Amino acid sequence: MNMMVSPRKKLIVIGNGMAGMRTVEEILHRAPGMFDITVFGAEPQPNYDRIMLSPLLAGDKTFDQIVLNSLDWYAEHKIELIAGESVTTIDRAARVVTGEHGTTRHYDILLLATGSNPIVLPLPGVERSGVMTFRSVADVEKMLETAGPNKSAVVIGGGLLGLEAAHGLNLRGMEVSVVHLMPTLMERQLDASAAHLLERSLTQRGMTIYTSANTESLDGEGESGPVHSVTLKDGSRIKADLVVMAVGIRPNTNLAKASGLACDRGILVDAAMCTSDPAVFAIGECIEHNKACYGLVAPIWDMAKVAADHITGLAQTQFTPIATGTRLKVSGVEMFSAGAFMGDETTDDIILRDAARGIYKRLVLRGEKLVGVVCFGDARDAGWYFQLLKDEESIAHLRETIIHGPVTASADPLEALACLPDTAEICGCNGVKKSSICTAIAEHGLKSVDDVRTRTKASASCGSCTNLVEGLLKLTLGAEFSAAGAKPMCKCTTHGHDEVRHRIKGGMLKTIPAVMQALEFHTPNGCASCRPAINFYLLAAWPGEYVDDAQSRFVNERMHANIQKDGTYSVIPRMWGGTTTAGELRAIADVVDKFNIPTVKITGGQRVDMLGVRKEDLRAVWQDLNAAGMVSGHAYGKALRTVKTCVGSEWCRFGTQDSTSMGVALEKATWGSWHPHKVKLAVSGCPRNCAEATIKDFGIIATEAGWDLHVGGNGGIKIRVTDLLCKVTTDEEVMEYACAFLQLYRMEARYLERTAPWIERVGLKYVQEKIVDNAELRRSLFEDFLYAQKFAQIDPWAEESACNTRGKKYDAMAELV
Amino acid sequence: MDGMNKTNFLDVGALEDIAPLGARTIATALGDIAIFRTDGDEVFALRDQCPHKQGPLSQGIVHGTSVTCPLHNWVISLQSGKAQGLDVGCTPHFAVKVEAGRVLLSLP
Ligand code: SRM
Ligand SMILES: Cc1cc2nc3c(=O)[nH]c(=O)nc-3n(C[C@H](O)[C@H](O)[C@H](O)COP(=O)(O)OP(=O)(O)OC[C@H]3O[C@@H](n4cnc5c(N)ncnc54)[C@H](O)[C@@H]3O)c2cc1C
Ligand code: SF4
Ligand code: FES
Repeated sequence: MNMMVSPRKKLIVIGNGMAGMRTVEEILHRAPGMFDITVFGAEPQPNYDRIMLSPLLAGDKTFDQIVLNSLDWYAEHKIELIAGESVTTIDRAARVVTGEHGTTRHYDILLLATGSNPIVLPLPGVERSGVMTFRSVADVEKMLETAGPNKSAVVIGGGLLGLEAAHGLNLRGMEVSVVHLMPTLMERQLDASAAHLLERSLTQRGMTIYTSANTESLDGEGESGPVHSVTLKDGSRIKADLVVMAVGIRPNTNLAKASGLACDRGILVDAAMCTSDPAVFAIGECIEHNKACYGLVAPIWDMAKVAADHITGLAQTQFTPIATGTRLKVSGVEMFSAGAFMGDETTDDIILRDAARGIYKRLVLRGEKLVGVVCFGDARDAGWYFQLLKDEESIAHLRETIIHGPVTASADPLEALACLPDTAEICGCNGVKKSSICTAIAEHGLKSVDDVRTRTKASASCGSCTNLVEGLLKLTLGAEFSAAGAKPMCKCTTHGHDEVRHRIKGGMLKTIPAVMQALEFHTPNGCASCRPAINFYLLAAWPGEYVDDAQSRFVNERMHANIQKDGTYSVIPRMWGGTTTAGELRAIADVVDKFNIPTVKITGGQRVDMLGVRKEDLRAVWQDLNAAGMVSGHAYGKALRTVKTCVGSEWCRFGTQDSTSMGVALEKATWGSWHPHKVKLAVSGCPRNCAEATIKDFGIIATEAGWDLHVGGNGGIKIRVTDLLCKVTTDEEVMEYACAFLQLYRMEARYLERTAPWIERVGLKYVQEKIVDNAELRRSLFEDFLYAQKFAQIDPWAEESACNTRGKKYDAMAELV
Repeated sequence: MDGMNKTNFLDVGALEDIAPLGARTIATALGDIAIFRTDGDEVFALRDQCPHKQGPLSQGIVHGTSVTCPLHNWVISLQSGKAQGLDVGCTPHFAVKVEAGRVLLSLP
């Protein structure tokens, strides 16, 4: 027999992608002549830079520009490239691999670098033409066949890949929509604040973003026509000539599994990149090491070095995963994130929000070390942060200035402001110069931003220069300023309640993240104190437009019932003006029996309280009460609570007016309205005042001549008797004054400030000027109130018991008993 | 050894069934367990009882990686179950993770 013993060992690489070829390069670098190398690649092209598929799609690069190793390179290194043939079997006993076209090769060492496959959701219509993924040059070519102006594309998945696809197709002139399952884009790389800015910037480029959106089907003509639209679970339809699915990747383990190598999510390897067979190595996105799989190239370059060390036997290195950073390759969007950017209880945040420039930076520190970074809008210093993060050295000496980056690491913002010339424009909206503000502060003894606003108009419009105005106050007044400044809303911000309200209106801020960004909050999503306040302010400012955020409501308002000390709830239906009927009482009695409700009580607010209802029963209880015509009494809300009445002229021998009907009419007009705190009304039929109207937020007492209107009363811990607002004669006037008063209170008081402390703060005179003296303003407040009520008077009980998705919160998610 | 170091994770539902910055409960033989979801879609599991006076933590407001108890506003860490700030107390926490959109809970 003619034995031809090759002096070199045979290395076969399966997968002509980024990981495989990088390992080959590393091997050639270490030991150029050690192996005869054969590479099988399923793709027909030579090795190219997969990362650059995004610029290829966008038209910023050509294919030639993204080739990493040309065919000449393979020839030069005597590498046999079998491109366009995928390997179908590995016979590990014989050490032979076979390709789909029948090519067979023998190996001494085998390297698997099969990458990963895009996940394809099993949606109805997924097989239609026009539905594709984004992984290879072939995918890009397919997209470009369909792409073009006046056509529409839907990208399913708002992660890195999806957004890069969307951006590319957008640049190709397509109408692009992104459908994302999660509430915020790129949730694995960005916190909600940065995601909010990203969404805004993509929307400004003309893309339409659907978050919390689930795809139902991909539709087209008949059974097999090309895709023409996408239907979402909520029923909405989006036109689509092209659908790109970018919902994630799955390690490509098919071949490894079939050949009996140990696999879990990926091909299992040890820290030497060796599989369960010592002659077989694996690397790249197809592997799983220490329960982790990888989807970025940085760790893959490290794997390539380790694999090369072991395959050549020249070193015994070990793969240790390092922190990776992510950037989005969308031109004009600067974004970077790395490490543990979400933070936890052992970490502190340093946050910089520069609303005017659309910049958000968050540095997460554990002790003295930087462990996470998110930059949006300005990622110039990302590299520096990332290095600090990887170095794991103490940054204690940089802590004060680190957020401003390496250059500004010493500049004091106040100093910078002091250096500005007198003619520098501070407020762009109203054209106010630095000198005018400083002069006004000195001449008129101004103490607060509000004072400056009234005098100079600076920061009176959009408010984005408020920080500068504050800075000028600090410079001019020194220590006196901080004493005069408003109390911050909570630890998440330096701004007070009034400032937040002002900026919401002036800056047209319409979501909680938008408010937190514009006002430069230091926490990612506020706290239990500011979130409910901001949610209310937005609701009051943008009726019919703002979508209430249930997660920013206190438990009682979220569950539409009062939580009790044992975790059960109490249920109080409305009884208009304290009146009821036999039918209502019967329905209440039935509910009490049916649900074994332990306590029934008449409240101090003239209605019936059912106490001790189990969370799971709430919806059924409401359904029964609704069926008898009763609605929520909002006994749980910072909302209109009760309108107490006495019997009045209809029965009482002293009654001068029909206080009961007046009370019922008022309650029908005002129920459902949300307020900074609870609001209670009462109507008494004569000055004997049996309805206790003089300790109510708005109290009405009948006289011979008409009605006395009282405001700012409070029972509770610190009792306050009402002030007389004015006297009126007609029922219509009562209605108009009451609603106008409530509207003024809702729009101006601070969250959790009842009418009593509010009036003490602003003065009765202020309220009288607006409600009594200024008929035009009263009228418009009344109309604003009625307008807001159109959206507020929806019975939450009916809504919650009808809606299945909302209903989830009342039931356990699973029972394991 | 078979099954060495294997923790048993039980599928208790879909991640989308928990609102972001919200929580749901799981009824177990050990009592209710609350599963919280942060705005970064991390999940945490704590016994649904505040270390103060057993308030149902699942009904609190979630912010960052903490929850504020609905009864008396103690702030509890979702990661360790420990009361934050000056309050002292701890509620048991459980291993929980999300895989392919499913919430997997491990009970001791
Ligand atoms: C049920 C009821 C007691 C009763 O059995 O009569 C009641 C029960 C509670 N009151 Fe009240 N108040 C009730 C009438 C009153 C009244 C009398 C009235 O409205 O005429 C007052 C004094 C008048 C006033 O508000 O000015 C009153 C002043 C308070 C206060 C102190 C408010 C203050 O401004 O100082 C609180 C504490 C708070 O709101 O922060 C409070 C808080 C509470 C809470 C919500 C405590 C809590 O947070 O859990 C109680 C809820 C129990 C529950 O689950 O239902 N309750 N509470 C009354 C329900 C009326 C209704 O039909 O909606
Ligand atoms: C559009 C896009 C943008 C990206 N942007 C970034 C980024 O900005 N930053 C970043 O770090 N990462 C990015 N990535 C991810 C990065 O490209 C991958 O992590 C990297 O390519 C993985 O390398 P790999 O060799 O493991 O897999 P691949 O590069 O996919 O290579 C695997 C190769 O194996 C072949 N193959 C599979 N099975 C067989 C078989 N049986 N026989 C023969 N051949 C086979 C495949 O055809 C493929 O060519 C991006 C990816 C995409 C798709
Ligand atoms: S008086 Fe105190 S105990 Fe009684 S219901 Fe009101 S808050 Fe509860
Ligand atoms: S029971 Fe949680 S704070 Fe009191």
